[in-house]
Amino acid sequence: MKKNWRSATLVAYSLAILAFLYLPLLILSLYSFNDSRINAVWTGFTFKWYISLLHNDRVLEALGNSLLIAAITTVVTTVMGTLAALALHRYQYRCKLLINSLLYLPILIPEIVMGLSLLVLFSQVGIPLGRPTLIIAHITFCISFVIITVGARLEGCRQDLEEAASDLYATPWQAFRYVTFPMILPGIVAGALMAFTLSIDDFVISFFVAGPNSTTLPLYIYAMVKRGISPQINALSTCMMLVTISLVVVSQLLQKRGYHSSRKD
Amino acid sequence: MKEMIRLMGITKEFEDELIIPTLNLTIYDGEFVTLLGPSGCGKTTMLRMIAGLETPTQGHIFLDNEDVTHLAPYKRNVNMVFQHYALFPHMTVEENIRFGLLMKKVPRKEQQKRIADVLQLTQLEELRYRKPQQMSGGQQQRVAIARALVNNPKVLLLDEPLGALDYKLRKTMQLELRNLQQRLGITFIYVTHDQEEALTMSDRVIIVNGGRIEQDDPPARIYQYPRSRFAASFIGENNFFPLPDDDSRLLSVRPQFINVCALDDKERKGPEPFHTGTIEQILFCGTFDKLFIRLDDSRDMVTAYQYYEDYRKWSVEDRVGIWWNTQDGVQVTK
Repeated sequence: MKKNWRSATLVAYSLAILAFLYLPLLILSLYSFNDSRINAVWTGFTFKWYISLLHNDRVLEALGNSLLIAAITTVVTTVMGTLAALALHRYQYRCKLLINSLLYLPILIPEIVMGLSLLVLFSQVGIPLGRPTLIIAHITFCISFVIITVGARLEGCRQDLEEAASDLYATPWQAFRYVTFPMILPGIVAGALMAFTLSIDDFVISFFVAGPNSTTLPLYIYAMVKRGISPQINALSTCMMLVTISLVVVSQLLQKRGYHSSRKD
Repeated sequence: MKEMIRLMGITKEFEDELIIPTLNLTIYDGEFVTLLGPSGCGKTTMLRMIAGLETPTQGHIFLDNEDVTHLAPYKRNVNMVFQHYALFPHMTVEENIRFGLLMKKVPRKEQQKRIADVLQLTQLEELRYRKPQQMSGGQQQRVAIARALVNNPKVLLLDEPLGALDYKLRKTMQLELRNLQQRLGITFIYVTHDQEEALTMSDRVIIVNGGRIEQDDPPARIYQYPRSRFAASFIGENNFFPLPDDDSRLLSVRPQFINVCALDDKERKGPEPFHTGTIEQILFCGTFDKLFIRLDDSRDMVTAYQYYEDYRKWSVEDRVGIWWNTQDGVQVTK
């Protein structure tokens, strides 16, 4: 009897936490389907806010900016991050621990500090703010994630596999191409998805280093909110949320699947 | 006999630490040679230098009379079976086996034939589409061997290939490997720390200690006539007794040659016991009992095997004498 009571409490507590976490998001998306300008009253179901988004040139422009910046950031960080992870994994060097810890710095450092320091840097060097500065900034904070994800995959690979490939007549390039690369590919894709998600979502750092004509989606939403919340924002936010969630889920699945297939032996 | 591998004046240092002092070794075509030694003795390093995975600090390696000292591993016609198999987890059995042939650009038709042959040889036909992680340790082991053999190497290098298998499977695989080697006639260089494995499989056993060759002889000779104390104690069990007039050598007597007699036995056959002592412990070992006898004079422990046909059973605390036939004692260096 007592046990039942305890487990019921536990379930209720868990549900309360989940509600606390997800209720705001749920309400936000719910009201994106509300047929009224005012968020507080439910008057009927509609898709009109979603349709109106598609006719809003400024939203489309911001979306275009966000996608372009995220795409370039993803490609650059994935290539650079993978190469960096390979080098860090393969070679023995002084201060290995220190350098590995430095990788976590961009993740741990407060975003506002990072944004501000990048802004100071760009104005000191004299780079005009715009898409290029946004891309540089996004690469800076995304690359650590790629290095760490790919690095984790490399740690899971047996070291003798490349030796075996080379014993079986594969040149160093072939050993990488046919053995190492396929094995770390799930990590690379997961890292790329992470980078894309982070870039699409970023607000604080982008806020500091964006210039004219380089408004991203989060920046645009912030500007809209300042003029009062319209259901259009709800609709836009819901879209972003869905994209983010699906990217994160795919990335997690890839990491997990890769992990199992390499560890099982 | 045709020379297959010659190591000439090889030394190897890792970060200023000398792992292998000067080493000279010749291995002949078709031999099954085992490098036997405790872990960290340099035997795996020797194997990896032949494979090209390590470069010697000094000296030369000849493979079939060609100097391969500085040839990259992927250009050498030797193949290795790795300790943990190193199978490619993202490839099927067949893809694993095909890998070397693909890299070497062997024509498609020949690939098929050679893969079919080696699959049959290692009895893996049924498993050809499996991934390594869907197979047992013994099956993975066979894939590793097939993947190496399919390339028709001049020399097959095996780095403790049975170390990860359980006792029974290891025994079966030892037989299979030995039969395979005799059928194919390929030179096998086999690294192990298991002395029993070395004795049962090889044509020639090389005992390695501290990067040096301690003894290089056929198995029977290694067992019966160890040259040094290390060789005598590393292979099987042994008892050592000082020699009265030679400080640099010891007398070794195997436990099965130690005869045990009671001190008060009036009808005993055999000579006066050489030493007397007390039985401290008795271990039941299946086909025999293992006696541990503490000697009165030197306080050393002597091990003796007592088979069941022996005329009496002993118990702990019994006072006994020991003796052996002089031809059973072998003089070894200290």
